[in-house]
Amino acid sequence: MLSDKKIQDVEFKAAAIRETVIEMLAAAGSGHTAGPLGMADIFAALYFHILNHDPSNPGWEERDRLILSNGHITPVRYAAMAHAGYFPIEECLTLRKFGSRLQGHPEREKLPGVETTSGPLGSGLGQAAGYALGARMDRKSFRVYCLMSDGEQDSGNTWESAMFAANNKLSGLTAVIDRNNIQINGVTEQVMPLENLRSKYEAFNWHVLEVDGHNIRAFADAVDEAKAITEKPTVIIAHTIPGKGVKEIEFDYRWHGVPPGKGPDDKVPADKQAEVFLRELRTLHE
Amino acid sequence: MSDKKEEATRDGFGRALLELGETNPNVVALCADLAESTRMLRFKEKYPERYVELGVAEQNLATIASGLANYGKIPFIASYAVFSPGRNNEQIRTTISLNNLPVKIVGAHAGVSVGPDGATHQALEDIALMRVQPNITVFSPCDSEEARKATIASVGVPGPVYIRLAREKTPIMTAPESPFVVGKAQVVYESEHTPEVAIFATGPLLYNALLAAKELEHAVPAIVVNIHTIKPLDREVVAIAKSVGAVVTVEEHQIAGGLGGAIAEALAQECPVPIEFIGVRDRYGESGEPEELIEHYGMGVSHIAAAVKKAISRKGLRRSDLRKENWG
Repeated sequence: MLSDKKIQDVEFKAAAIRETVIEMLAAAGSGHTAGPLGMADIFAALYFHILNHDPSNPGWEERDRLILSNGHITPVRYAAMAHAGYFPIEECLTLRKFGSRLQGHPEREKLPGVETTSGPLGSGLGQAAGYALGARMDRKSFRVYCLMSDGEQDSGNTWESAMFAANNKLSGLTAVIDRNNIQINGVTEQVMPLENLRSKYEAFNWHVLEVDGHNIRAFADAVDEAKAITEKPTVIIAHTIPGKGVKEIEFDYRWHGVPPGKGPDDKVPADKQAEVFLRELRTLHE
Repeated sequence: MSDKKEEATRDGFGRALLELGETNPNVVALCADLAESTRMLRFKEKYPERYVELGVAEQNLATIASGLANYGKIPFIASYAVFSPGRNNEQIRTTISLNNLPVKIVGAHAGVSVGPDGATHQALEDIALMRVQPNITVFSPCDSEEARKATIASVGVPGPVYIRLAREKTPIMTAPESPFVVGKAQVVYESEHTPEVAIFATGPLLYNALLAAKELEHAVPAIVVNIHTIKPLDREVVAIAKSVGAVVTVEEHQIAGGLGGAIAEALAQECPVPIEFIGVRDRYGESGEPEELIEHYGMGVSHIAAAVKKAISRKGLRRSDLRKENWG
């Protein structure tokens, strides 16, 4: 059971992760902002409460696996990993730079702990399902988590994998969809409507849960419920606010693929964006 | 050909997979609704707990295999080459090749010799698709025995491997005991006179290359080399080309990007010599019987023999010679 104190600790971690995300993106001068901010609470919950992992031993065989399918939000994963102790937080400032282990989209052979190479959308759920199937063949007890975007629910490969995971009753697999309603070309329900997303996954024979993706307790409870479902895989549709924590970014799809310093300047001038956003985030958790 | 023992390369793969089932508990087989024709069926029957069915979903075939390999298994994925590595090329690129995981990609029904099914099912670009991806080793075995050995050898290769297979029965040229060394080209015929041309062949068309060399035995001494590993390409081909001074490449694939492309790239850098290419020339296949299609698309014995003569005729024709001719 999560104590109020523990929840508050995770929330502080989420705030710190958001600050690092802004700092690293501003330093990189390119990258995605809205998605990483929106998923900071879930990443904090995963790395500081849910995952069974050891930052000092990323290759530990019994660790839970976190497959990030939508690799473009990798800054939030890097930030969470750094805060969890996988590598020094300063290294986050090398994001997207030549020679860095922190590639623009994550690569398995570059940085221990990222588990797989991803970015091109639609291919993470299959990788996670394959991982979960291999683990079950060998009666391993670790769990496999797959984080996806809502945009990549457009991709056929996602549904091939959804069908496969249900057919194989991969209950060791928990998928999480970042339902933030935006993709590069606009809002999902205009670009390629996904609703009713819950019914789609139910029709594919998944156990479906929906939570507020900024409510640590609700998310952690959903993950616990997924562990108790042994006859099918579970998907948690996490409703999130893109850009969460920075009011000038929240809900604005124009912030999908640009960093602070290069974002829409109708609310904050470009050269002030990093500074203003960081100040805003700091007041939030003071 | 009728007096020779024949078997399809896919049958050699099927036998090897059964052997691997016995010897390597980490080997798993994944198939996209083509277990019989890719010859995974016997593995499926013998090791059902290590056989994974995908249905008609080749993109998922690649991504599931990536996950299994990432966990620690050695997955073989089989479909027709037009679908895998055709349809799922990006999934192979990102999740297998860039990810550098030991998935063994088996592309069946390669070449026009697939026959009556027609162009949609005749893969002519799979070698090109695979050899441009870093980390992938590319095998194109010449007969069922070699396909068996290549399959066994693929497990010893730490990264991803592509194995190209054909549908039709073709002559068995290699012996079970003859060695298969990854990345090592094999001289399978050498004239007793000093060779004046090298024929580099891959896949079952090696047989036609040998027939052509035999036919020309008294007119044009040749050396015939089996290139079962297209990548990494044995640098020995450069030395051979240098010593004979003219080359013919033979493959049942588009000339662009295939074995011919690979040989031309290597020779252009180190010893440019005349090269004639036998293969498909920027066209798709069509329905027909395998042998008539091989003839129609210019890959028959007579085509190879003509290419040999042409390569030799271009020898020594240098710019300086042309200048002399032009300026008298």
